[in-house]
Amino acid sequence: MFGFGFALVPLYDVLCNWTGFNGRSSGMSVAADVAEQPDNTRTVTVEFLTTVNGGQPWAFAPDVQRLEVHPGKLYTVNFTAQNPHDAAAMAQAVPSIAPWNAARYLKKTECFCFRQQVFAALEEKHMPVRFMLERELPAEVDTVTLSYTFFDVTQLALR
Amino acid sequence: MTQDAHRHDHHGPVQLKDGVVPYLMRWITTTNHKDLGTLYLLFSVFMFMVGGLMSLVIRAELWGPGLQYVNPEFFNQMTTLHALVMIFGGVMPAFVGLANWMVPMMIGCSDLALPRVNNWGFWILPFAFTLLLSTLFLPGGGPAGGWTMYPPLVLQTGNAFPFLIFAVHLMGISSITGAINVAVTILNMRAPGMTLLKMPLFAWTWLVTAYLLIATMPVLAGAVTMLLTDKYFGTRFFSAAGGGDPVLFQHVFWFFGHPEVYILILPAFGVVSTILPTFARKPLFGYDSMVYAVASIAFLSFIVWAHHMFTVGMPLAGELFFMFATMLIAVPTGVKVFNWVATLWRGSLTFETPMLFALAFVFLFTIGGFSGLMLAIAPADFQYHDTYFVVAHFHYVLVPGAVFAIIAAVYYWIPKWTGVRYNETLGQLHFWLSAVFINLTFFPQHFAGLAGMQRRVPDYAIAFTDFNVWSSVGAFGFFVAQFLMLYNFARCVWFRQGRPRVPARVWEGAHGLEWTVPSPPPYHTFEIPPRVPETEVTATHDDVDPLTHVKQHA
Repeated sequence: MFGFGFALVPLYDVLCNWTGFNGRSSGMSVAADVAEQPDNTRTVTVEFLTTVNGGQPWAFAPDVQRLEVHPGKLYTVNFTAQNPHDAAAMAQAVPSIAPWNAARYLKKTECFCFRQQVFAALEEKHMPVRFMLERELPAEVDTVTLSYTFFDVTQLALR
Repeated sequence: MTQDAHRHDHHGPVQLKDGVVPYLMRWITTTNHKDLGTLYLLFSVFMFMVGGLMSLVIRAELWGPGLQYVNPEFFNQMTTLHALVMIFGGVMPAFVGLANWMVPMMIGCSDLALPRVNNWGFWILPFAFTLLLSTLFLPGGGPAGGWTMYPPLVLQTGNAFPFLIFAVHLMGISSITGAINVAVTILNMRAPGMTLLKMPLFAWTWLVTAYLLIATMPVLAGAVTMLLTDKYFGTRFFSAAGGGDPVLFQHVFWFFGHPEVYILILPAFGVVSTILPTFARKPLFGYDSMVYAVASIAFLSFIVWAHHMFTVGMPLAGELFFMFATMLIAVPTGVKVFNWVATLWRGSLTFETPMLFALAFVFLFTIGGFSGLMLAIAPADFQYHDTYFVVAHFHYVLVPGAVFAIIAAVYYWIPKWTGVRYNETLGQLHFWLSAVFINLTFFPQHFAGLAGMQRRVPDYAIAFTDFNVWSSVGAFGFFVAQFLMLYNFARCVWFRQGRPRVPARVWEGAHGLEWTVPSPPPYHTFEIPPRVPETEVTATHDDVDPLTHVKQHA
């Protein structure tokens, strides 16, 4: 059962990624696999939520708070982040999607959350997210929230 | 060797008059189930007092709104340590102590199956709690992140962190050794003729508890090991920035934590199922259904853990599954309460102290069960979560539930253990003071919680003052009342010269093998196992030859 405790870690990841429970899908997709087939009859509101973890003084915000989108069409939204420190820093954004049943229908061909971001001292960066909601998005979903939590991982990276 | 065996059998254990050092060494090296049962019970009394003092710090601070006596950091250390001390140091060792004393005497074997492991299991505990409590004297103080140890908060614990983790590891090892011992003993060492469904219910509930412990304690050990490596060795199991997930910890923790609450209550069910028939002078109603109910509760306890975390953002399907599975537990629990009431129905009731505590258990535990059902309703839980309503709920099932059952058990068996009666008047006074003060403590917390008072916060809105004053008065009253019990038990244990001895069957309505040996029982009992006749009615064991023990030494 001691081993079972540890086995729960990969099991949990598999379950969350497979079902989208916990808003865990990263939506990472290769651009060539994403074919646009816009459904112009349907409009879904996409909201962007940003949080900086642990009271860090980073500036981190989307350029638009919300967007009306058609499923099946690619959109690009820019996020701006600024390193408040007088030294180089590294950051990692962790995505989450609500409601959970929208998670598996979100495809992203580009996102700053796919990798750790390096910032020079006081550098400000504009970082794009290119995403599409698939046409199969459940009919009852009219609002999708993309949440990004920003972690300063400079200390973690140094270890 | 022959001489040694001779001395042990005929003159009993080393006494204080044989010298202080040999006497101390007897207790340190003992492998006797009765000695270890006594040690477990004494340890748990001490821990109940320590944990009780911590709760008094909490109640003193909450006597009025604002900050009075302690700073919030110390307040949170008290809530965290109070929980760990009461669960792992108070209730669990008390039940292991009762199992040590009673299981071999109930199933007719001479000792537990693994006596040296038993000794080891007990002596780990003082070290575990020295580790845990020594953190109060470290710079930065003890752990203050709550006994549930949720990351990322718990990872901010200072020097106390590794002490907390290793203390939990040691407590887990101790519980597992105790559980293995009880399970092996019950499965292999029952007296001839005692089939599983002829066992006393206390042995049954402990067998199931032992399996719960063996299944879940290692999961807790795994979870806290992950915390340890997250903090010191660069793993990121629970660090979102590193690709982990803090919610995962809650899943792993409560996969242990929910079976743990049944570990704390199932032996109490066994105690109450033993005491009620004695003082109702009727056999237990529905013995078989009691056994199946215990087994069903144990099974369900593994599939309901996420009801502790309805608010983390689970999908609707998850909320519904855990809500309905949790409510399902009310069915076997309802069977048990029904059977207890049916046992009392038309019985010749008398109200000695153990009976009073057992009756209070049935009534007050059921109140705790009902508030548990309210908490199981996922949409309502969003309001109750992390409020004093939760505190009131689990204290109702643990204090007038588990702790009252432990007190009842000691009142019930202490004449058997010591050979003298406790003072009945003092015992009844102790019961009534405890029953009044415990309700005064925890009943108002339901209302404070529903009105929005949060757990684990040393301050509150002025509107909650009255509820909290009642609670604090109750807590101090309850604590003081326990000294009546300590005096009463100390009289039985240490001051019994010249008082009348009780017969083997202390209570006229009591059934079972433990009542066929003299009171106090000799150091070794049932070295030749008694034979349980095949014709015998389930779990009464009255037809067993009461002279078995005397004959073997004649």
